Amino acid sequence: MYSARVISFALSDSQKVARDTVREFARRELRDRARPCDEESRCPDELLEKSWALGLAAACIPEAYGGGGVEGGHTTSAIVLEELGYGCASLGAAVAAPMLFVRPLVDFGTEEQKRDYLPLFTGDRYHAATLALHEPRFTFDPCALETTAERRGANRVLRGEKRLVPMGARASHFLVLARGERGPGLANLEAFILPRDAPGLRVHDEGDTTIGFQAMSWGRLTLDGVEAPPAWKLGGDSGIDGRRLIASLRVGGAALAVGLSRAVLDACVPYAKERVAFGQAIAKKQAIAFMIADMRIEVDAMRWLVWKAASELEERGDATRAAAIAQDYVGRKAMKIADDGIQVFGGHGFIRDFPLELWFRNARLLTVHEGPAAV
Amino acid sequence: MVDFRLSQNDTEILEQVRREGLAVRKHARYFDEHEEELPPEKFPEADAFPGVSERVNRRPAGDTPPATFQMLLGMARQWGDTLPLRQPPLALGNAALQAAGTPEQKQRWGATALSMAITEPGCGSDSKAIKTTARLDGEHWVINGEKIFVTTGIRAQGVVVWATVDAQRGRAGIKSFVVLKGTPGFEVTRKEKKLGIRASDTAALSFIDCRVPRDHLLGGDETVPRQGSGGFRGVMKTFNMTRPAVGAIGVGKARASLDFAEEALAGEGVAVDWERGRRARSTIEAKLVQMEADAEAASLTVLRAGWLADAGEENNVEASIAKAKGGEVSRTVPQGCIELLGAMGASREHLLEKWLRDGRITDIYEGTGQIQRLIIARAIFGYSSEELG
Repeated sequence: MYSARVISFALSDSQKVARDTVREFARRELRDRARPCDEESRCPDELLEKSWALGLAAACIPEAYGGGGVEGGHTTSAIVLEELGYGCASLGAAVAAPMLFVRPLVDFGTEEQKRDYLPLFTGDRYHAATLALHEPRFTFDPCALETTAERRGANRVLRGEKRLVPMGARASHFLVLARGERGPGLANLEAFILPRDAPGLRVHDEGDTTIGFQAMSWGRLTLDGVEAPPAWKLGGDSGIDGRRLIASLRVGGAALAVGLSRAVLDACVPYAKERVAFGQAIAKKQAIAFMIADMRIEVDAMRWLVWKAASELEERGDATRAAAIAQDYVGRKAMKIADDGIQVFGGHGFIRDFPLELWFRNARLLTVHEGPAAV
Repeated sequence: MVDFRLSQNDTEILEQVRREGLAVRKHARYFDEHEEELPPEKFPEADAFPGVSERVNRRPAGDTPPATFQMLLGMARQWGDTLPLRQPPLALGNAALQAAGTPEQKQRWGATALSMAITEPGCGSDSKAIKTTARLDGEHWVINGEKIFVTTGIRAQGVVVWATVDAQRGRAGIKSFVVLKGTPGFEVTRKEKKLGIRASDTAALSFIDCRVPRDHLLGGDETVPRQGSGGFRGVMKTFNMTRPAVGAIGVGKARASLDFAEEALAGEGVAVDWERGRRARSTIEAKLVQMEADAEAASLTVLRAGWLADAGEENNVEASIAKAKGGEVSRTVPQGCIELLGAMGASREHLLEKWLRDGRITDIYEGTGQIQRLIIARAIFGYSSEELG
């Protein structure tokens, strides 16, 4: 059968509305809070409540479970995450954290799991739940998790440590990723829905702190023989598509980083035009102008890679390669742009009166975290 | 809807273009080593690949729009080799004719292969500094000057030559003129010897009191000396279409190099595991992923510039982005592939070293990477070329 396919960068009307709405929210609610929230290492409840009106999590929940019923929507999520990252990547990730739980539930949950958990996110109050991927090991790699889920009768017993869990401090549920029975590799990954009070699960009072993303509260979990009944295993017997889940996380992090990079670019342009050195705006010197032109070039290139990977997820193709490419490219370029942003501002980039040093710190963490957001 | 997939029909067309490229690869080395010979108008293998252009013309209206598809075609063609299976009947001057010519001029020279002569011994990127003059003498323009680096200047039937009608007026005084081969005073003086793209002829031209009729001024001369017609702006518009197309050339070269390197490495038991995280990759894998990402990024910026043109939107900045990224990967990816393969990757037994040499021009002609960055920066800051030069 003949099917027309068109290479297109055209956003749908609803995607434009989503972009503009979140852009305005990020401008109004995230920008001014970014500095105090970073300094005080907190993410205010009132911000999370306000963000709930955007309906980010509800938008990817089918109507049958009380959500917005948007089919797929991975590209829309990527567009929205860019805007949140533009406002503040750290607060933006906090706002979007419930997606880390909702998206895999929608994609892989059994009928019963969807019915049980999705309605938590369709009410009118912010509800925190999240995904626990990272482990306390240098050179961490999602293919080689050390958290295990051994069989005990019909149940599974989880053991391991989880770190850098987005919004871990206030999540009601954790989607914990564990090494599959068949061994390492993304295809073997298993995921378990653990309520915060599951026996054997310890949510540490002291979360992780990192160079950036200080407004986000990172959770630390210890799984000391948590006994998970079959109902907690995401996807039941068929489990999850770990490749697809990790791709969604890689693209989500990259989308935030595109927004962060665009923020740097937009800050550098007026500054370079106003700042005078040797009798001339520094924007009129090629050394500076080319750095900023490169930011403009790369922000475009990064965004299209993110869109491509997101659209492959949306079409239910294998997005593993596209997501790895987006993660690699965006990781390199976002770090370079954040670094160059400080260079354009000179000493002003180094002091905390300006956001460049904050974006630089956020970029350093964001581009090495394997799953700060999901599309 | 945001989508990056192709229809079955488009996939088949691009596959055919790639198969043509494979067929021409066996001639590529010969014309690299025999630079003095012009390749034939078509190779015998061309008959085995009939009618790709007809198939392109018959594409259903609902498929990927034409300018975007042209970018895909450009990438696919270059994946074969710089040497085409059939020499294209037209050249860069024809793009200028289409962009700036009057309907009557397009009719008259539409089927005449026209090269484009801008660069002179004393100026390249700074095209407003050209010294070639055109002086109106009754019903004729009298052209005097020297042009170099004219692509297809040997093979083309004529040339669109840039000349100033009034040096005092800077770029506003620059007009372009169609001069056909055989016009007295117009001579091809040299064929350049180059690092790469040796099958593409590059000429030096001289104009000594060369007289062409008044109506050879591109855009018509009824408006001379008023600003605008056939002038700098009209011809610069040409480059909003051709810059991404040159970016596509760079992407095609990068893609061909990567495919060669990956096949060679697979023979050595090395392949990218796309699942593994960035810290679990070997040095070779990490480099391959990086080059794949760079090539893909460049490819998408090229498609974006084409898509904007199809959508009828301004694409001046995006055309430069596409050219800058395509130019970049045409250098870094073939270089990196040889780096991975080692000395045998640089051997003339294979075409990889040729693609590195062929690709190297991509970041130079039609505006160097630095010129692209100037264009982008001026647009960002709202500066003129005087404010940021």
